[in-house]
Amino acid sequence: MRPFDYERATSLHDASERMSDAAAIIAGGTNLLDLMKIQVMTPSRLVDISRLDGLDRIDDHDGGLRIGALVTNTALATDPRVRAGWPVLSRAILAGASAQIRNKATTGGNLLQRTRCPYFYDTAMACNKRAPGTGCSAQGGSGRMLALLGTSEDCLAAHPSDMAVALAVLGASVEITAPSGELRTLPVTQLYTLPGNRPDIETDLKQGEIITAVVLPAPRPGTAQTYRKVRDRASYAFALVSVAAVVLMDGDTIAEASLAFGGIAPRPWTDGSVNALLAGAEASDESFARAAAQLVPDSAPHPETEFKRPLLRRTLIATLREATGLAGRVDTARSL
Amino acid sequence: MTTFTVNGRSHALALDPRTTLLDALRDHLNLTGTKKGCDHGQCGACTVLVNGVRVNSCLCLAAMHDGDEITTIEGLGSPDRLSALQAAFVEKDGYQCGYCTPGQIMSATALFEELKAGHPSYVSEGLDGATMSDAEIAERMSGNLCRCSAYPLIREAIAMAAEAEE
Ligand SMILES: Cc1cc2nc3c(=O)[nH]c(=O)nc-3n(C[C@H](O)[C@H](O)[C@H](O)COP(=O)(O)OP(=O)(O)OC[C@H]3O[C@@H](n4cnc5c(N)ncnc54)[C@H](O)[C@@H]3O)c2cc1C
Ligand code: FES
Ligand code: FES
Repeated sequence: MRPFDYERATSLHDASERMSDAAAIIAGGTNLLDLMKIQVMTPSRLVDISRLDGLDRIDDHDGGLRIGALVTNTALATDPRVRAGWPVLSRAILAGASAQIRNKATTGGNLLQRTRCPYFYDTAMACNKRAPGTGCSAQGGSGRMLALLGTSEDCLAAHPSDMAVALAVLGASVEITAPSGELRTLPVTQLYTLPGNRPDIETDLKQGEIITAVVLPAPRPGTAQTYRKVRDRASYAFALVSVAAVVLMDGDTIAEASLAFGGIAPRPWTDGSVNALLAGAEASDESFARAAAQLVPDSAPHPETEFKRPLLRRTLIATLREATGLAGRVDTARSL
Repeated sequence: MTTFTVNGRSHALALDPRTTLLDALRDHLNLTGTKKGCDHGQCGACTVLVNGVRVNSCLCLAAMHDGDEITTIEGLGSPDRLSALQAAFVEKDGYQCGYCTPGQIMSATALFEELKAGHPSYVSEGLDGATMSDAEIAERMSGNLCRCSAYPLIREAIAMAAEAEE
């Protein structure tokens, strides 16, 4: 690790004031310290927000929940309200990392964790995200963990979070506090920017802004919810493809479906046209195949992610079978 | 100065801000039971309890744990008074080289508490809680790798200690 000054923030305002281009916020530290050890991130100042009051609470809010940015992944996944009302969020978090990491990882840090693209991690390789303008070694390199959708010539990296995929399917928003103390909220899907020709810019956050909470809208009792994650080993691995689904049935017909996808894009991926195709459709393999055809692109941006096209198609179909009651099991949202 | 309690004893340390909790334990307090495998959160060899909760000490800055209570493998039992899990690992031969074992045992110690608290896992049937099973042990211990691949006996040792607890 490069040397840095360690400073414990005494308030949000104090934390914002200590921020600069060369400073980084540390919450759980499970992503930042990992990247600092290999000098992919080299802040000269760490601003520790982990002891700030009140940011570790989950409060009832407008029929839903307001989740403080410091709430740990474990605390969020095991909160009785979340398990009852938003089971897909519990499942997605529990599908990620390990118990040890979830105990330390925070809600804000999880959203802002960096990509797992191997070229981002390797400081000897070109990477437009890590070192703007150097090129993208993934082009022509190996590509098993790369994205399928939303990429650009300059960057093929995928966002690794499982939690963010569940938050996207649930229509959650992120509460952001500016150095002035002013608050703004953004839907989780709009927190992230697509790489284009600036893959080093990953979110809409401005200098000194801090994520202070995530807001969940009111639960949808009776919806079937599921998170299906496909990876290279049974546990403790990042998603190759994941699908989060919230489905409301009316007999054999899908009344409403909301889907979000992980492991395939630079942000948790949603596609309203896929949800629209499913609304009112009969729960059948034909309907599911139509939805998959709508979602899956005709070609992959990298030859080694070609396998993700059939994988995404099959994972989507398998998830919809579960969520519509044709096969397997799901969690059903209850009222709080 | 960073002050924390390790296995019931208070320590005050003057540390470089870069010092991880793992390095503080091993290099400054000479508590070498906690192992460094990957130093990147990928193997679980460095698992300790912080305020009763399992974490990877290699991904903790010592300075961020001022005032915390740390438990390491040295705090669970001693050669003549093994904890139930330590005894079960010996009985079942839950290791080969033994390098991952302290982390496995710290992790399993916390796993019991998490099950008691009703925490579900990704493989649990429902989200209301779960009961001990081979599949639950495998999922909940997935943050602890074993290069020797002693997994079957590690799971047996944990199941044995769980039965003994009941
Ligand atoms: C071995 C391993 C396996 C993993 N597997 C998975 C997995 O399968 N699925 C998955 O989803 N994740 C996985 N993770 C990633 C893990 O979920 C993240 O490391 C964790 O969620 C990050 O949270 P943190 O609080 O530790 O963040 P930190 O490391 O503290 O911070 C991460 C980033 O966010 C910034 N930041 C933190 N909080 C705020 C805030 N409130 N406002 C503004 N900026 C902030 C920091 O400056 C930093 O840039 C894995 C990690 C490891 C090490
Ligand atoms: S040494 Fe900490 S997880 Fe491997
Ligand atoms: S016993 Fe050798 S690494 Fe597990």
